[in-house]
Amino acid sequence: MTATRVPRRDHAVATRRSSFSAGDRVFRAVSVTAATVVLVAMAAIAVFLVIRSVPAIRQDTTNFLTTRAWLPEEARPIFGIAALLFHTVVTSALAMIIAVPVAVGVALFTTFYAPRRLSAGLGYLVDLLAAVPSVIYGLWGFFFLAPNITGLTLWLSRWLGWTGIVHYRLNNTPNNLSDLTAGVVLAIMILPIVSSITREVFRQVPRDQVEAALAIGATRWEMIRTAVLPFGRSGVVSAAILGLGRALGETLAVAIILAPAYTISVHLTEGGGITFASNIALKYSEASELGIGALLGSGLCLFAITLGVNFGAQLLIRRRKEA
Amino acid sequence: MSALPPIPAHPVTPAQPGLALPAALTGRRLPSWAPPAVTAGAVAVAGLLFAATPLQGRAGFVVVTALLSVGSQTALSFAVEGRRRAVDRMFSAFVYASFAVAAVPLVLILWYTVLRGIGAINLRFLTVSMFRVNPDNPGGGIYHAIVGTLEQAALATLMAAPIGVLAAVYLVEYGRRQPFARAVSFFVDVMTGVPSIVAGLFIYALWILTLGFQKSGFAGSLALFILMLPVVIRATEEMLKLVPAELREAAYALGVPKWRTILRVVLPTALAGIVTGITLGVARIMGETAPLLLLVGTNSRIETNPFASTDAQRLQEALPTFIYEQFRDAVGNPDTPAAQRAWGAALTLIALIMLLTGLARLIARLARVRG
Amino acid sequence: MRLHRQARLASVVTVGALALAACGSDNVTPPSATGGTGTTGANAANCASGSFTAAGSSAQKPAFNAWIQGYQGNCANASVNYDGQGSGNGRTQFIQKQVPLAGSDSYLPDTQTAQADARCTGGKAVNIPMVLTPVAMIYNLKGVTSLTLTPSTIAKIFSGKITSWNDPAIAAANKGVPLPATTVTPVHRATDSGTTDNFTKFLAAQAPTDWTFGSGQAWKAPGGVGGKDSAAVVQNVKGTDGAIGYVDGPDARKNNLTPAALDTGSGPVEISADSVGKAVEAATTTTNGQDISVKINYGLKAAGTYPAILATYEITCTAGLPSDQAAFVRTFLTYTSSSAGQGLLANLGHLPLPASLLTKVQVAVAALPAS
Repeated sequence: MTATRVPRRDHAVATRRSSFSAGDRVFRAVSVTAATVVLVAMAAIAVFLVIRSVPAIRQDTTNFLTTRAWLPEEARPIFGIAALLFHTVVTSALAMIIAVPVAVGVALFTTFYAPRRLSAGLGYLVDLLAAVPSVIYGLWGFFFLAPNITGLTLWLSRWLGWTGIVHYRLNNTPNNLSDLTAGVVLAIMILPIVSSITREVFRQVPRDQVEAALAIGATRWEMIRTAVLPFGRSGVVSAAILGLGRALGETLAVAIILAPAYTISVHLTEGGGITFASNIALKYSEASELGIGALLGSGLCLFAITLGVNFGAQLLIRRRKEA
Repeated sequence: MSALPPIPAHPVTPAQPGLALPAALTGRRLPSWAPPAVTAGAVAVAGLLFAATPLQGRAGFVVVTALLSVGSQTALSFAVEGRRRAVDRMFSAFVYASFAVAAVPLVLILWYTVLRGIGAINLRFLTVSMFRVNPDNPGGGIYHAIVGTLEQAALATLMAAPIGVLAAVYLVEYGRRQPFARAVSFFVDVMTGVPSIVAGLFIYALWILTLGFQKSGFAGSLALFILMLPVVIRATEEMLKLVPAELREAAYALGVPKWRTILRVVLPTALAGIVTGITLGVARIMGETAPLLLLVGTNSRIETNPFASTDAQRLQEALPTFIYEQFRDAVGNPDTPAAQRAWGAALTLIALIMLLTGLARLIARLARVRG
Repeated sequence: MRLHRQARLASVVTVGALALAACGSDNVTPPSATGGTGTTGANAANCASGSFTAAGSSAQKPAFNAWIQGYQGNCANASVNYDGQGSGNGRTQFIQKQVPLAGSDSYLPDTQTAQADARCTGGKAVNIPMVLTPVAMIYNLKGVTSLTLTPSTIAKIFSGKITSWNDPAIAAANKGVPLPATTVTPVHRATDSGTTDNFTKFLAAQAPTDWTFGSGQAWKAPGGVGGKDSAAVVQNVKGTDGAIGYVDGPDARKNNLTPAALDTGSGPVEISADSVGKAVEAATTTTNGQDISVKINYGLKAAGTYPAILATYEITCTAGLPSDQAAFVRTFLTYTSSSAGQGLLANLGHLPLPASLLTKVQVAVAALPAS
């Protein structure tokens, strides 16, 4: 077989042809090894977190999954992830509710509404949000946002208080170091990633369908509803899930903003909370050996959750690609 | 669901009176001065409302004005242009509003950081360390932290770039359609979602608890490596896929072995894109704080050796942890020298990361022009 | 040529980085004389040379900041860092031989004694008290600039039994002060802290019937607002009308907050060198070789005393340190226990050791190995 007859894009054939070369074998082995690093790293993360945390979790005198406290340094160690899980889910869910519609709007704006020349610049501007380190989001949320959204908190409490979740029942100024503020900051943080992936998906919408819809007199909204959204729906969902993964694991911004509290309360504007990641950031420095093990255990739970979420997202993306 | 659904015919069904094509083209439309006029009206009404009723607050004013403006415009459009145009106008308003909503926090964060940080930044601040400076007093600088951050990022890149590029080479050049490659590719995407604190905990469990090493700049780089690797692989993979198959075939035709083709033809062709991907990866890890808090220590002096650990009573500082530490020294008072230094360092860090992002875009653009 | 252009770009970046690397330095200008009052001029007998790290209590951070500046001002060849992440962290690092000196808010707990002694080959670990830190009760109450609290009301406030500022229990201790009906918002440290430990010990001793939550590093009472560190407690108190929290004296000082006075039965007592000194002198001091323990009598009710205090320790070895580290510990502690070192404390919101205790400390430090 000669190389000139190698069918297009079928490099495997070329591999077979040149597999006699020692250089090829070495190079292939090196690149396979590099690829294996990914699998090894993922496996090692799971393995090391398990072996370092299981002994500690065994010493827990209560149920690790249902306890709302983190006191591994006590004579009778009590620690559990119930509160961590609750607030991790609540803050991330809030972030999703706020960020996803806005991100879709931003993606539509940059792809279909903004003037062509402006569009690239605006996309860059939103992407810049991703360049801001999380510690700065946290400090901004703590020093600027929290003192300035008192009005919003009271407004929500007054008009939407009947829902129970935003009812502010205390007779003082809210300090806003709450799930709500943390959720808003998380929303700002995940907005760039969700909107940039959504933008890429929308860019792939076949141009002819867009043109065709407009040519037969559809308004822009009708064009988006009929040509863009059906095409991009699964892409948007997977972008949202990737954003969710980010929100679940965000550490310092939440640690700085959310007043630590190991309670479960549906009143999002009152009191604070604690997430997996913020608990680790706040507790590791004073933790004993047992405490470190307990934190590794909570880290393992977080790893499992984000793994599950990203797993779902990837399955969805891949199914779409193959569809 | 099909990826390419047929366009439903209803928008142009002539059977629907008033929605026929000629009507859409020639039907009554709002004059172009109507939207600004309506907005002006909304501002006026909102102003009256805020003056006459207990409503107050600047943010509230903006929201009320926006709602009034969109509401009345939609209503007007509905009356004059019909339902379809009205819905379209309302949706456009939503799209424009989302962009505004997204842009406001960015502007606020940058404005706030610049406002607080710019006063601290001068040549001395950028070129001296905190050695012999009491953090509670004015003076000192962040040079030692910049050095630490750059070295830690560089070390992570030195590990992640070759491994990442080689892994991508495997995925694109050797592993097509192989189950192993599909597994690797899948886990690369999953690995992108590993939270930074988990990467930090993993290195803590492995490097410090199991292997018995101490905190060091290098331990931090290891965690950054975990975070950077999938970014590099994914970016390189995309770039390698863009290299035309004809280039490879031409090389094979000349009898060049595959590995030389990859090294001499494929990688150089994709080089600019790969460099862009790596630079974006660096930008992604440079602001990471959480793993560094666990793994790197603190030092007021310049420490150029990233392997120095507490064994030698020396450690490296890093910008993100420096910011965090200085805020602890400030104890909530934004007017203390420590807080001013922290905002100065924050601004420097953002500038560094934006510089890198800009550099990546520049490289990408140069490559595109030539390609 | 593509590669050529990139090579140029790379070289520009490299040269830039090198230029930046070359122009940075530790502080060239020696610090002003503020830190080095007292002993002047480098003195080999009073100085160690090399790089040293101490770690521990965040409550001691302001003292260490000033001491390090002063010590380095005297000792040109010494470079000292203090990693103030927390007492537990400092003790662990000390046991793991990462630091020769740990600052701790509490006496070495029994569970760690054996490990700490093992770390000091041929000697044992000793606790030496060095700085007093009052627990300051800071509050934010519109229109109220001076407030007196009794232990019982403090206990009731922090356990949620008193919910309004015009509660008769508070009013009884504040005759003539118009107290508003604002809701009381107690703010506590939500992460483990020596400050919480001492504050709860104080409550348990002074108001055993009203305080039923015991004592310890972790806050166990229900309700209230949690702050992750002193900064968050301060921020919460400053930002909430009706809030009250407890922080270390220096944290109140940095934020220009006037703490509430304490009335243990003989009238209001402010935090001062005198009131705290008297309380420390009433404490049980046990000297065991170089080890000195100070058992504060938290239940002290004598007139003019302020018993809500942390006597914070420096933990080190009587033998077994590398000679340069031993020299550092001895010279550094000699400086901190000198009149110059103790003289820096009052301005920071800490308080110096009373004369009787200081003498014992100086004797203990002098007995540490010189190298």
